[in-house]
Parts: sequence; C-alpha cells; structure tokens
Amino acid sequence: MKTQVPILITMIVGASLVLAMFVPHSPFRTLDEHFSVWFDILACFAFVLGGGNLLKVHLRKVSARGKDWAYSAVTVASFLVMLVAGLFKLGAPSWDTDFIGDGTWFKAIYDATFAPLQATMFSLLAFFVASASFRAFRAKTREATLLLVAASIILVGRTPLGDTLTAWLPRPLEFLRIANLSNWLLSVPNLAGQRAIMVGIALGVISTSLKLILGIERSHLGGVRE
Amino acid sequence: MPAPRTREPLHCTLARIDRRVIFAAMTLAVALPMLFHLEFPVHPSPIVTRIFEKIESLPPGARVLFSFDYGPSTAPENQPMAEAALRHALARGCRVYLMTIWATGPPQVVRAIDNAVKTDFVDRVYGRDYICLGFKAGDQGAINALAADFKGMFTTDANGADIESFEMMRGIESTKSFDLIVAIGAGLPGVKEWIQFAADPGNVPIVAGTTAVEAPLLYPYYPRQLIGLMGGLQGAAEYEAALLAKYPQFGERSARAIRMMGPQTVAHLLILALVVIGNVAFVLERRAQKRATR
Repeated sequence: MKTQVPILITMIVGASLVLAMFVPHSPFRTLDEHFSVWFDILACFAFVLGGGNLLKVHLRKVSARGKDWAYSAVTVASFLVMLVAGLFKLGAPSWDTDFIGDGTWFKAIYDATFAPLQATMFSLLAFFVASASFRAFRAKTREATLLLVAASIILVGRTPLGDTLTAWLPRPLEFLRIANLSNWLLSVPNLAGQRAIMVGIALGVISTSLKLILGIERSHLGGVRE
Repeated sequence: MPAPRTREPLHCTLARIDRRVIFAAMTLAVALPMLFHLEFPVHPSPIVTRIFEKIESLPPGARVLFSFDYGPSTAPENQPMAEAALRHALARGCRVYLMTIWATGPPQVVRAIDNAVKTDFVDRVYGRDYICLGFKAGDQGAINALAADFKGMFTTDANGADIESFEMMRGIESTKSFDLIVAIGAGLPGVKEWIQFAADPGNVPIVAGTTAVEAPLLYPYYPRQLIGLMGGLQGAAEYEAALLAKYPQFGERSARAIRMMGPQTVAHLLILALVVIGNVAFVLERRAQKRATR
C-alpha cells in the first residue's frame, strides 16, 4: 500500500498533466489549472516543513553539543528572530502595512545584516576568480587554448573597453571589433552548445518522467518496502 | 667562501606570486576606479536595444508585469537593470505590476519602488498606476498557476489589501492579460521559467535581465521567444545609456550601472593580466623542463 498509492497518484497526475498539455479542452485544461493551484498550496506547506526540519536538525545539534554547535545556535536564533519579526510585523505602524515596509524590524534586520552578508559572500567570488585564473587557466592543450582565447574576448568584450579598444578598425574589418567578436561567440558557438545541452536535458526529463509515471522509477518514494 | 648566488628563473618568480598579492591587486582594481570615478562611454548592443525599443513601443496604459527574481547577493547587477526598465515603463505611461517568486525578492521590489517610482514619478498613484503584489511561493509551479489564474494566486497585494479593490487589477485574468513581461532573474526559478511557463505558451512578449553568469544560458531563446536580454552589469549599463539618451531627466539616478562599469572593467583587465602572467610562467616552465630533459 505504501508504494502502490503514491505510484497511482503519480501516474494519474502525471498522465493528466501530459494530456492537458496536448488537449487544451475541458476537463484536462481545468485539471491543469487546479493542479497548478494545488501545487502552490503544497509549496506553502513545504515552507512549514522546511522550517520544522531546520529547527529539528539544529536544535538536536545544540542539545548534543555536537561539532560547531554554536553555528547551529546562531542559525536557530536568526531563524526565530526573522520569523517573529515578519509574522507579527514588529515595528510596523499598522497591521495593514507590509511586513517589509518602512520602520519594520524585518526590513531593518534585512537591510543591516542579510543584504550585506549576502553581498559579501558573493563579492568574495571576485578574489577567488582572480586567484584561480592565475593558477588554473593554462593553455595546456588546443581545446584549453581555444577556451582561453574565447574567455579573454568575452572578458574584454563585456566591458565598455571592448568597444573603445577596437573602434578604429575600418568598416570591412568591423567584425573583428572585440564587442562584435564577443557577441558572435555568445550568439553562435555558445548558442549551439547551449541548445545541444538543452535538448539533452529535455530528453532526460522526458525519460525520467515516463519512468515515474509508469512506476518504473521509485527512488522518490524513499526506498519504502512492502 | 659563500656560494655564488644564482638568479631564480623568471617562471619560478612568476609562479610564486602570493595569493595575498592577487587579492590586494583585486581590491585596488575595484577601489581605485570607484574613488576616482573612472567611467567609460557605454553603447547599447543590439540585444539590449531590442528591449528598449519594445518598451518604447508600448502605448500609455499598457500593462507590464515585472518579476524581481533575485536577492541581495546579485542586486548590484540586477537592481540597476530592474530600476532602469521600471523607469522606462513608467515614463511611457504604462501600468506596472511588481512581484517576485524569490523569497528574498520582496525587499528588492520595495527598493525599486523607493528609488524609481517614489523618486521620479511622484504623481503616480498606488493601485492605479503601479502595484506591489509581493512574493508568491511555488517556483515554476507558481508561474504556471499565474498563467492560468492570476487573481486566484494573488488574492491580495503585498500589504494584504483585497486585489479586487485596485482599479488596475480589473481585467487581469492570467499572464496573457499583460502586454509585456519583464523578468529580472538570477537563477532558478527565473527568466527561463517565465519563458517556458508563461510567455511562450501564452504568446506574451517577454524581455529579461540576468546576471552575467546566467546570460549565456538564455541565448537559445533569443530572439524568437525572448525579445531582448540585459546580461550582467554591462547589459544594465547599456540599458541605462539607451534610457538616458532618450530621457536625460533621470540623470545620475539612472546611471548606477554605468558608474559601476569602471571598477568592473579594471577588474576584468586584472583577471586578463593574471591569466597572461600565469600562462607566460607555464610556457617558460615547460621550455625549461624540455631543456633539462635533453
């Protein structure tokens, strides 16, 4: 029962949604709309589950004084503070205003801690990219050299300097301007590669979806055995 | 008698450049252009010009849906493009609907309203000319649901007011009710999902802005399924340049990306220089190894 019911639900929902895609008439069209709204409702419950899971994992770590338990304590405290500030709209002039509106605790904490922390983490990439480009980006093979040349063109081409440096080139040689070369690299070789990857992924998605609908793929059931 | 000092080969010196030196160089590459206000002239590329022309062609009163699908980490790239497009749509007299499918997105929407709407369009009325719908959970599932029943998903605005009480929400049934979707994204779910679930099936025109990292992934959709694309800070700067050429009244407020392109250009040049130095060291080392094995 534990596997058959979920497989049956997957089969019915999956088949209905596939049919709805190709048969845009009632009842399939309506089914598709209903399923989409139900999915949204389920997604909201996923937030509750996610929050509960986060508390469970980290509180257990704190109570057991496991490795790096202090970080878990910070995680739990931050989570609860943001949750309370957002849910009860602390600092908001009235209940009708947005939880992220001016004067709210949520906005103050978001602006003063969350935004700079995320920006800092992302900014660190610049340093690591610089270091990695020096140590790892080597023209060891023909393919690596091609990649290196393409990357260099894109690096300069995606700045205003790309325009300025080669603006002197006469009209017949306009295609050699760095900005044009950069655009060509993105619109031709990159596009061809991306399309190939997308088609490959799409075929993989179709194959996996069919396996799920037909009950061949059961790993999503969490290895439940009858 | 001390042994004669041998000079270290160049490739060894280059290969030994300390990581901290590189970090310090990067700090200077970003900080100095900011301090000295280094700016370069920016010219819009065709892929960005198409977005400008699309918004420029919208009649007053056209409905434009903006989705801010990013957080503070990529805001330096995404926020200027979002605000420039928002200013442009409002300057054209469009009605704008602001939303996000990222949990970290609502403050970015609020920031755009503060920076663009409340600064440059003080005469615009909330609920008549613009509306903040806030966050909707469900990722691509939410987009799919919005494509079917918009008001069923957004029963209230971000402040909890009944959606039917707003004049500009009349006649909005699904994403098909919009004249244009402007998707500003930084990953999943984002621009790709807006194209796949709302724009393409509903035949709704869509323009987009993304981080520089994500932009190459979206080229397969351009130009048939995606009218135009602002890729990274350069894309944002190009849009600002196009906007300022036509609407100079926005001035410095709509030139943030153009200003930030100075530090970014120098940082790119530094990375390029490091690649060159690394490869010079590599070639010299290989030559030395070949010589030693002969």
